Amino acid sequence: MNRQISRLSMVALLLLASLIVATTYWQSWAAPGLAARQDNQIQRVAQFRIKRGLILASNGLVLAENVRRKIGGETLYFRKYPTHGLASQTVGYSTQGRSRSGIERSQNSYLTASNANLGTIFDKLGDTLKGTTITGNNVVLNIRPNVQRLAENLLKGKCGAAVLLNPKTGQIYAMASSPGFDPNKIESNQGYASILHSPGACPGSVSSLYNRATQGLYPPGSTFKTVTAAAALDSGKFTPDSRFYDPGYCTEYGQKVSNAGNPEAPEAFGNVNLVQGYQHSINSVFCNVGMKLGAKRIIDQAKKFGFYSTPPLELPSGEIADSGEYDFKNHRPFDNPGLMDPGRLAFGQDKLLATPLQMALVAAAVANKGVIMTPHLVKAIRKPGGGTLVKVKPTVWRHAMKPTTAAALNTMMQAVVTGGTGTAAQIPGVLVAGKTGTAETGINGVYDAWFIFFAPADDPTVAGAVVVEQVPGGFGGAVSAPIAKQLMQAILPPTSK
Amino acid sequence: MGARPLTLGNRNRELLYLGAVGVLTGIGFASVYIAQQAVVSWGSLGYAVFFFALYLCAHVVTRFTVPDADPYLLPMAGLLTAVGVTEIYRLGNADAFKQGLWIVVGVVLFAVTLLALRRDYRVLEQYKYLFGIAAIALLFLPRVPGLGETVNGARLWVKVGPVEFQPGEFSKIFLIVFLAAYLREKREVLAQGRPKDLGPLLLIWGATMLVLVSSNDLGSALLYYGIFLAMLYVATARFSYVFVGAILFLVGGYAAYERIPHVRDRVTIWLHPWTSSKVYCPQSGGLALRQDCQSYQLVKSLYSIGNGGFLGPGLGKGTFTTPDGHQLIPYVTSDFIYSALAQELGLIGASALLLVYMLFVARGMKIALQADDGFSKLLAAGLTFGFALQTFIIVGGVLRVIPLTGITLPFVSYGGSSVVANFLLLAGLLLVSNRANTQR
Repeated sequence: MNRQISRLSMVALLLLASLIVATTYWQSWAAPGLAARQDNQIQRVAQFRIKRGLILASNGLVLAENVRRKIGGETLYFRKYPTHGLASQTVGYSTQGRSRSGIERSQNSYLTASNANLGTIFDKLGDTLKGTTITGNNVVLNIRPNVQRLAENLLKGKCGAAVLLNPKTGQIYAMASSPGFDPNKIESNQGYASILHSPGACPGSVSSLYNRATQGLYPPGSTFKTVTAAAALDSGKFTPDSRFYDPGYCTEYGQKVSNAGNPEAPEAFGNVNLVQGYQHSINSVFCNVGMKLGAKRIIDQAKKFGFYSTPPLELPSGEIADSGEYDFKNHRPFDNPGLMDPGRLAFGQDKLLATPLQMALVAAAVANKGVIMTPHLVKAIRKPGGGTLVKVKPTVWRHAMKPTTAAALNTMMQAVVTGGTGTAAQIPGVLVAGKTGTAETGINGVYDAWFIFFAPADDPTVAGAVVVEQVPGGFGGAVSAPIAKQLMQAILPPTSK
Repeated sequence: MGARPLTLGNRNRELLYLGAVGVLTGIGFASVYIAQQAVVSWGSLGYAVFFFALYLCAHVVTRFTVPDADPYLLPMAGLLTAVGVTEIYRLGNADAFKQGLWIVVGVVLFAVTLLALRRDYRVLEQYKYLFGIAAIALLFLPRVPGLGETVNGARLWVKVGPVEFQPGEFSKIFLIVFLAAYLREKREVLAQGRPKDLGPLLLIWGATMLVLVSSNDLGSALLYYGIFLAMLYVATARFSYVFVGAILFLVGGYAAYERIPHVRDRVTIWLHPWTSSKVYCPQSGGLALRQDCQSYQLVKSLYSIGNGGFLGPGLGKGTFTTPDGHQLIPYVTSDFIYSALAQELGLIGASALLLVYMLFVARGMKIALQADDGFSKLLAAGLTFGFALQTFIIVGGVLRVIPLTGITLPFVSYGGSSVVANFLLLAGLLLVSNRANTQR
């Protein structure tokens, strides 16, 4: 029987050895994947023993810090947000019960010192061997508290978003989404419920946890004419001087597509060129441009601007939406120009949806001679004991259009502010460039009011987008342009005021 | 003995290793104490001293009853029980005290078995049918109205007064004794393939399988099936039995998958523990992600293992509750004790633990090889294989190697019947080993 017993022992030992292999798999190979799972509460609770890194604004203002509490002989670190909600969706939250969001989630490995930088690994090993608390790295944001606060105040009582960034570096100065929330309340059930069901200033809209600046999908309306104009000029089929006749509507598929305003008696501009068409935001002009270019060429240009892709911003991937034409049935972008309506697409309607971040990048592209810099919320990662671990450097993300096209669009956007639909954004002594948008929402007479902008137009230091949701009779030039003006003034040096 | 003055005798070796286990136990408890109270108190060593004293008693008994038996098995059992009690203590003191009591009961029964059978355990062969019938009767016990208790959907427990136990754990040992005796007697005729002689065998084995499957105890059913096939193969050397058995297992498994919802759930959980969209949740009757519903236990246990990493935070420093005391891993002291240990000890510690199991199995199989009669060989091989397979079924389930079925991890899991039954298994192996070594 000994031969059988020997064979049986081999089987038994192999079975047990396979358990060592499986344990190795879960504890090394699969461990990062398990740690990243949202329902992995063990991982989250375990990280409460770590003194999490701070989140700071660009001037050093503390946006997220720790409160030490002793529970059952253990020292645990809980999050506290001293500003009670400045840039609430962007900073996000870190709780035991409800996971994490925003920067708290995307920068979690730095904040918990579990990133793979050699310096951090040594520091952490030292802390572990000494038995002292592991301290995470601090994350410094580009957010400027004065601009951020102003943006939130200007949007207070409204629903909407504002994004301001430096078009030459991609640094994000402000990213506001209104309404905001107090992240200190997330952990308690009552607080969470009150945030979820906050009395809706915006009818039928989503909760304040939602980052409208990056997740909010709005029809971009006339601000998208910037992309269409870029396609028109890049194609060589049009110049700024191309002539159009505007009877107040254009004819597509045998039907009238009217200019903005009363469809029964639309405003008609007669003989205009492309610049005037853009300056006064004439739908019929762009409708004709769109039909001549075809949907494919416009969509291709939009892709160069970053549509149909996720901007590489330091936020969790689930918190940034892609812009583009949407299939409303399954709520996903669809990319088949053959099924699009080129005339309406050209002035930003059809099924086109864009995030405020994306439209801010459109303005930034024009401002920066056609080059879109990678947008960055994070300025630097600092070691807990001082010293910089990572310094974020400006990099190019996209070439959106030819430099000559960008120069022509720059002039056109200035014309909008000097004598077009965006005069409310004028700042004395500063060349401001902008484009209004008054997007149809599907509800008659209720619009999403847009303004995209940059300044100073000859040497831009700020670009951005402002959107205010569902304003009855609200035009972009009247509602959003004044907000944009104040935000630009907060960033531009006082001498140019 | 006198001819080899420079080598340690088996029992002295055993004592030496027990000393090492005692030191390890002391360090383990001290580590948990330091992590929880930030002080080392003499109380922390109480458990270690108590443990050492208990195993010293067991050692004295082995000295008198089985002087030539293998010296490694008792210290390894000691180490495994100590690891179990330390972890159970760390997870909740009250259960550790009960587990300690059960270990005392186990050691007492271990001593009684050794004393009773020290002359010749082979008398058991004469009572083989008694063992076979007892195995079935024990399995039936939880079905008796007034005695049985249903825990987690499986009726496996018997409650007499304040004492609860799982008769299935003992049934396994009795069945192995029956199989060893029966197969020893009939192996030649079975090897020639006379189906008539399979009768009593299939009857008793079939009855146990029926009871197990009908009481939803799939882990034990798999265990019994494996033990049966392994012992049949060892006795007859006919691979065709194993082959036919494996085919029957596949057919039976498929039928069970098709017919029994409980089985289908287990397999679904095993294959797809995570879903990205909500699926039907039988517990709540509504829709939920599978990881929040049916595969909750498995997924939480995997998170626990993953959190251990390479070195683990150390005994007493793992994460098992939220700061407000809410449990993060269900059944952590019984079915999922391995995920707790793997988290606290890391890959190094968990592998070391599995190596102890492998060593135990290797020693057990060596005893089977050394034994010189068929009954002893079959008994030792059956007991050892049962031990190995049980470890594989529970740890493999926890690690998602096979579908998860709740059985205990030998010597480590919280559970009185399991600990006591494993001490009986240990006594059996030592008896066989002693006889084999004395005869040399």
